[in-house]
Amino acid sequence: MIGSDLLGIEHLERSDIERILDTADHMREIGEREVKKVPTLRGRTVVNLFFEASTRTRASFEIAGKRLSADVVNFSPQGSSMGKSESILDTARTLDAMDPDAVVVRHSTAGVPKRIADVLAAPVINAGDGAHEHPTQALLDMYTVRQQKGRIDGLTVTIVGDIVHSRVARSNIQGFLKMGAEVRVAAPPPMIPAAVETLGVKAFTVLREALDGADVVMALRIQNERLMGSYFPSVREYSATFGIDRAKLHYAKDDAIVMHPGPVNRGVELSHDLTDDRPSVILDQVRNGVAIRMAVLYLFAGRPRSGPDDGGKL
Amino acid sequence: MAHADATGSGEAPRAGEAARQVLNDTGIRRALMRIAHEIVERNEEPEALYLVAIPNGGVPLARMLAANLHEVADVGVAVGVLDTTLYRDDLNHRGERPPLRHTEMPSAVDDRVVVLVDDVVKTGRTIRAAMDALMDFGRPRAVQVVGLVDRGHRELPIKLDYVGKNVPTHPKESVRLRGSGGGLDAPLEVVLLGGGTAGEAR
Repeated sequence: MIGSDLLGIEHLERSDIERILDTADHMREIGEREVKKVPTLRGRTVVNLFFEASTRTRASFEIAGKRLSADVVNFSPQGSSMGKSESILDTARTLDAMDPDAVVVRHSTAGVPKRIADVLAAPVINAGDGAHEHPTQALLDMYTVRQQKGRIDGLTVTIVGDIVHSRVARSNIQGFLKMGAEVRVAAPPPMIPAAVETLGVKAFTVLREALDGADVVMALRIQNERLMGSYFPSVREYSATFGIDRAKLHYAKDDAIVMHPGPVNRGVELSHDLTDDRPSVILDQVRNGVAIRMAVLYLFAGRPRSGPDDGGKL
Repeated sequence: MAHADATGSGEAPRAGEAARQVLNDTGIRRALMRIAHEIVERNEEPEALYLVAIPNGGVPLARMLAANLHEVADVGVAVGVLDTTLYRDDLNHRGERPPLRHTEMPSAVDDRVVVLVDDVVKTGRTIRAAMDALMDFGRPRAVQVVGLVDRGHRELPIKLDYVGKNVPTHPKESVRLRGSGGGLDAPLEVVLLGGGTAGEAR
């Protein structure tokens, strides 16, 4: 059983993940209606507390909240004073006094959502913290795979790119393993965390071997500025060795799908044509992101503090 | 279906609990045939009919009603499925979120005579939720309601247009439609489970 906050995939059990994905299945149908709104969270307030810039994830949570009739407030503290943890907690306490029903937190430092959850009465949903976790991204990725493949159990998922700095990779590794998939990672050696194989993941430094027999190929975004020089010689070199194009995709299964959390550096992680066309499912991921976040808000936000029948647990 | 029954978990019958049959498969079929005749009698334009089932119990009943309407009036009536969970009025008072169910509305409701189909009607709150949900899909010309079993105990001013059978019950008892395979496959029956006696035993 999971608690009242969604801080990471780490804390979820397989049955919890399945419940969220099943709920998202029904939420997706609402997005196909003419009136894309249900009254479920009417009179409830969802605060998007984004310390780190993000257009896509924030918009996705905002649309999700609005489709459930919640009042969504975007709060993006800026400036150097926000770097200090006391200021962060002060901000959180100030928000808490406004009685939100859920707070969605993104921060560039790992662990901030947890610290905020410790002082906040409202449920906290982690929308990405440093290189730690990005649970809703992993949930929407698992959902997209299940939608495309009909299952997750028994599939081979290869994650390619900057594993060591990636919260998306960290959440997805745990999620897909819990759902019974084989997970492989492929990257230049400095981008593979030292202990990654202890999680039950197979690490590869040769892309061809990692892709052999893969059902799902997930490319991660390369943060060019930060990494150039220290992790790989040049963007061109990275793209030649680890960038996915149709030729390299031949190593994977014939019906393999290609995923990317976005935004794509076109021609770096993915070739131009793969970014736009099948078998990439990038726009499905975006669409499913709204349904997953509706499911998460439904399951976590606006429940009474401690329910009579379950003690506040999901 | 009453809210307490809707989750399927709140009053789950324990193994070996006595279930009294209040309607058998023949009785259900007979009631649905009579209701089909009543629907045709009341609606001069059967082409405008649109059966909308409230899951889970309403779904097999709506399909049977559609077949009956085809037989009685020679019309093909559309069948939709509308989950009311996200429209419930008790969501903010429960710690646990009820699971969602499938919604599939194959045609527009505008200017149609929508006939909501539910298996067991008690408080009327599910019908209220279904009407709100329906209005989000458009503007039906009229809304009518079929309840296979009417238990009474209404908490809202809602009246059924077509009733299979009135079954007087204790509010704590549970009435459910169930099928032979544990799901909702034929043959069907409606049973009354002694929630009241279980409550007294505690």
